[in-house]
Amino acid sequence: MLRKWLATPYILWAIIFTIIPLAMILIYGVTIDDGGIRFSLENIMKAFDPIYFKALLRSIYYALISTIICLIIAYPLALILTEKRNAKVTVIFIFVLPMWMNFLLRTYAWLTILETNNGFLNTVLRFLHLPTIQIIGTPNAIILGMVYNFLPFMILPIYNVLSKIDPYVLEAAFDLGASKLTRFVKVILPLSIPGVISGITMVFMPAITTFVIPKLLGSGKINLIGNLIEQQFVQSYNWYFGASLSLVLMVIILISMGILNRVDPSREGGAL
Amino acid sequence: MIKSGLKKLYMGLVFIFLYAPIVTLIVFSFNDSKSRAKWEGFTLKWYANMFHDPVIVKSLYYTLIIALIAAIVATLIGTFAAIGIHYMKKWFRGIVMNITYLPVLNPDIVTGIGLMLLFILINLKLGFESLLLAHITFCIPYVIISVLPKLKQLTPNTFEAALDLGATPFQTIWKVIVPEISPGIVTGFLLSFTLSLDDFVISYFTTGNGVQTLSITIYTMTKRGIKPEINALSTILFAAILVLLILINRRPGKNNVLLD
Repeated sequence: MLRKWLATPYILWAIIFTIIPLAMILIYGVTIDDGGIRFSLENIMKAFDPIYFKALLRSIYYALISTIICLIIAYPLALILTEKRNAKVTVIFIFVLPMWMNFLLRTYAWLTILETNNGFLNTVLRFLHLPTIQIIGTPNAIILGMVYNFLPFMILPIYNVLSKIDPYVLEAAFDLGASKLTRFVKVILPLSIPGVISGITMVFMPAITTFVIPKLLGSGKINLIGNLIEQQFVQSYNWYFGASLSLVLMVIILISMGILNRVDPSREGGAL
Repeated sequence: MIKSGLKKLYMGLVFIFLYAPIVTLIVFSFNDSKSRAKWEGFTLKWYANMFHDPVIVKSLYYTLIIALIAAIVATLIGTFAAIGIHYMKKWFRGIVMNITYLPVLNPDIVTGIGLMLLFILINLKLGFESLLLAHITFCIPYVIISVLPKLKQLTPNTFEAALDLGATPFQTIWKVIVPEISPGIVTGFLLSFTLSLDDFVISYFTTGNGVQTLSITIYTMTKRGIKPEINALSTILFAAILVLLILINRRPGKNNVLLD
């Protein structure tokens, strides 16, 4: 039957361009080349050396903080947006649109706004005789960049689940005597958990792996795990160690997704 | 009253946060100075100049041509794959779908270095071809994910019905199945095109030999300062996408591309 063979080109493609590359990272990750290539966990161990391990912890920490800030900003916003049922398309449009401008340029534009000496914000502050702020090159700048870039990924899934809550369910809660607060805690919040989980995944994952944001807004002074991986491949050409670091990163992501899936009562998380 | 005012204020603040860099960028594309620190008066010269800058013109060309070819190839392979997957035995479909989600869930940096290692292993020189192969690879899953739900909405046994009525399998797919799932195919194509256009990380690891997309050119420039011409070009692209999205979403009987 023809239709059974339709997926064959794709399956071949996926084996060559998805499975084999991952297998290669795995193989490079657990081998070293000292004259001859041999199996060794040396590089995996090296990833836990203080210099590298600190960068790893830093990445987790920054990604966590950014995710929490995104959640705090996005949830109330999504609630407000849900009230405007008739304006659905327009409202979403407004909050998704920024993603269609090149993200490097958008991130770079923050430099123009926040630079210590010539930045737009400090020029205004100086004009008003207020103290200026120094943020570029600090961890705060990196977290700002993460929140800025990934906030829409938190807004959308939460808005999606909230807007799908049946209005009659909310009415029923009122009729049964629930106060506004009870209704939120007992009805809206539990129903929105799948959206929150998707949002957390979609913010935390790119945040923990980014190497561009620290480079641009951290002035290259603060290294995250993404930067270390990039350096191994682009500067020091130590693919073996780069692959080991990638493996460690993938394990961390798998663990965090596992934890998130446990929290999700519906165990689907498919609010996309 | 106060409450609704507070809500508006809150929305306004988030709105300003999201749009401040974009407005900055657009404003500075009209600035009559190479510096991004001072406003020196209005000019349109960057808009006139950008088409004379060979680096920018070349990267725009590569960006568009790769996005177009990658989206077309990914849509073809992905659509056929989705039809195949839909009619697979359940256990096999599970395996194939898990593989399909791999590039979606994997961090871009891991996909990027994996492909780079592969291209070096098979001795493919990093450049246009490797970039194109990489883009097709990360686009296909999104096409499959867009098309599969439409296949699930088909009346069961549509395929058999068409065959019973004398259509060849090829005709069945082309004249019966494909028209039914076309909204999913269009969504998959547009999604692939935008993803390819916007990609930086995977391109960064899989290109070489002077082949640069706009993202890579911009990244190179961030080290020495962004040329104002890039701001001008981005402003034009942003405006074009804005108009395009408004048109798509106004389409009668629309299948909302933006929201799906």
